[in-house]
Amino acid sequence: MTDLGSAPVPELSPDDHVRGPAASPLVIEYADFECPYCAILGQRLGDLALRRVFRHFPVRSSHPRAWAAACAAEAAGRQGRFWDMHDLLFADQARLEDPHLWSRARGLGLDLERFDADRRTDAVRQRVRRDFESGVRAGVVTTPTVFADGQVHAGSEALPALTALAPLPSSEVGTEIK
Amino acid sequence: MAEEIIQPGTPAPEFTLRREDSTEFTRADLEDNTTVLVFYPFAFSRVCTDQLNLYQDVLGDFEAKGATVYGVSCDAPYSQSAFREKLGVSIEQLSDFEPKGEACRAFGVYHPLGFPQRALVIIGPDAVVKWSYLAPSPTELPGANLIFDGLEQAAA
Repeated sequence: MTDLGSAPVPELSPDDHVRGPAASPLVIEYADFECPYCAILGQRLGDLALRRVFRHFPVRSSHPRAWAAACAAEAAGRQGRFWDMHDLLFADQARLEDPHLWSRARGLGLDLERFDADRRTDAVRQRVRRDFESGVRAGVVTTPTVFADGQVHAGSEALPALTALAPLPSSEVGTEIK
Repeated sequence: MAEEIIQPGTPAPEFTLRREDSTEFTRADLEDNTTVLVFYPFAFSRVCTDQLNLYQDVLGDFEAKGATVYGVSCDAPYSQSAFREKLGVSIEQLSDFEPKGEACRAFGVYHPLGFPQRALVIIGPDAVVKWSYLAPSPTELPGANLIFDGLEQAAA
């Protein structure tokens, strides 16, 4: 039986999705591809000198396509293109139906049949679920939630906290999230 | 100052809530089941929406632990049904509409401003409270992990 009782947020593991300079502060982000605030945070994080870990936290009942999008990102990851699919999903959250996912996969030059088969497998669903469960155990209740420097920051707190951790080269942070 | 939330080891009080079909849900309905009462301030409010959505996504895990989860507020049963249907969640709703807040008071979770505190109460099959939690403020959403901790404690 799955144990969803309290536990610390898991440390970095070999199959986590990571990007950014290894020497930069580590940020673990729990996010949902259908969450507009996650899209904004993700865009702003790209400007900061941070090492980012992306973990799935799709909340099915509020975001009906979040799971499908998460599985699509994982399936793209099986062909080495997780972050490309991540960026494309967040770039247009109004288009997350199956044909839109196929279109993105095609645009990335993925093997489309393999992509479509992979995203429906138990292994991919379990991979997404693993992230979700680790978030539940760590007390994640909303998206985006980020763990950085021993602190947890949820929702609108996340961006100012991360900006303080890794200041922008330009001091302009124009987008506000609520 | 609000009254204190009901503490573990206390027998559940006598109370009457209304199900969505307006039938009664009373202390007798607690017997032979592990019950999780999720007290929330207002249907359709933002935090309550996030809370029920999150708990819905792990509802199967609560059920696997033998627990039945109910949402409890002072909203009318029709409002609770509309809220539940809008969210697309299946967590059964119980109304403390009239006499307003009487069951919430019995569990020590009625806010002086006229709504349930955000609180969680786990009651064992013997109708004794096993675990309770009062959020520091109505805007703070208790993680689902806390309920799983409480169920673990209830089973010990």
